[in-house]
Amino acid sequence: MQITTIVNGRSFTRDVEPRTLLVHYIRDLLGLTGTNVGCDTSSCGACTILMNGESVKSCTVLAVQADGKELTTIEGMASDSGLHPIQKAFQENHGLQCGYCTPGMIMATASFLKENPKPTEAEVREALEGNLCRCTGYHNIVKSVLAAAEAMEGAVK
Amino acid sequence: MFPASFDYAKANSVADAVSILTSVDDAKLLAGGHSLLPLMKLRLATPSMLVDIGSLSELSYIEDKGDYVAIGALTRHHDIQNSRLLKSEVPILPYVASQVGDPQVRHRGTIGGSISHGDGASDLPAAALALDARLVLVGPTGERVIPATEFFVGFLETVMSPDELLTEVRVSKFSGGWSFQKFNRRAQDWAIVGVAAVNDGNTRVSLVNMGPTPLRASAVEEALMGGASIEAASKKASEGLDPPEDLNASSRYRRHLAEVLTRRALTEALG
Repeated sequence: MQITTIVNGRSFTRDVEPRTLLVHYIRDLLGLTGTNVGCDTSSCGACTILMNGESVKSCTVLAVQADGKELTTIEGMASDSGLHPIQKAFQENHGLQCGYCTPGMIMATASFLKENPKPTEAEVREALEGNLCRCTGYHNIVKSVLAAAEAMEGAVK
Repeated sequence: MFPASFDYAKANSVADAVSILTSVDDAKLLAGGHSLLPLMKLRLATPSMLVDIGSLSELSYIEDKGDYVAIGALTRHHDIQNSRLLKSEVPILPYVASQVGDPQVRHRGTIGGSISHGDGASDLPAAALALDARLVLVGPTGERVIPATEFFVGFLETVMSPDELLTEVRVSKFSGGWSFQKFNRRAQDWAIVGVAAVNDGNTRVSLVNMGPTPLRASAVEEALMGGASIEAASKKASEGLDPPEDLNASSRYRRHLAEVLTRRALTEALG
């Protein structure tokens, strides 16, 4: 069946099988391979994207459930003026090692900071409970999220 | 991993969903999909058709009805967790919702989906039991209201017939103590054992992952009614139960956890 989604501001219409998972729609049909498949069981969070502005695990959503929705993937974060403040914060604070979990971490962070723009360190750790980093680089990831919150808060002022 | 092939229909009303369920064999309802899709990806469930009710926004609400709060079946864990009405009138529910999965899961999972899935290891069905929730079911012959205590009948099995739809969860307001004790090893995991307690004059206790269905700890409740101490009542947490054995815990360990967590829950709820 045919579905239409707005992905990173652009409209796409594609034919999908009902059983097509959203992450495969994004990677295979739209060619946006920044979103990774990790555990494929909604545990690790590597496939996290934004659906209507909220973080979801795209391995556990059917593409047909995203029909008519607005999606943001990691490719939609940077703009012509450069990296998104969250991406910059991860870069500057060494918030990644192998990088596999990073797109999911950044999308989960984007959703979280919208809800809680001035989080405490404990709140950041709780907010990332759905994202696993197998390099165990959590300390710098948390640092990155706090730095991003500060940078974004500054930008708003 | 992806599910076996199925047909897909988008319901545009509750009546439409019921009529599709009535006319198609082995059709399943799809809400947030966070219980069903993982089972389908593992091919443990292979329904012939999914009836998507995810866009029925009329089933997503939290409303003050005087002495109770009505929660639409499609209300997501995220919305329950942040509801000011529930935080002040039924505070255990937002707390339990905040303990389900992780933020991404709570953005998709719905209370109706979680309860109708009927998993004995899920948190919200146990909360519904401890709250003596009433569940509104709609089918081809109309509506019926079932107490949560009569809803869960077997492993992933409820009293709902295949052509019925859970539309609303009703929970009474209460002003007593409460507690939810969830024991797991990693933040986002299912409870190895969980205990919910609500005290509104009567004390009700329910258990997560202590049997094939969400359960009320009736032996604990009876002991308390008979004047037993918290210590003594907690010892009865697994009386008459046959807790499951898996990679996380032996049956014996679950019995131990149930007693400890019941004691903690009662101490908090009755304290």
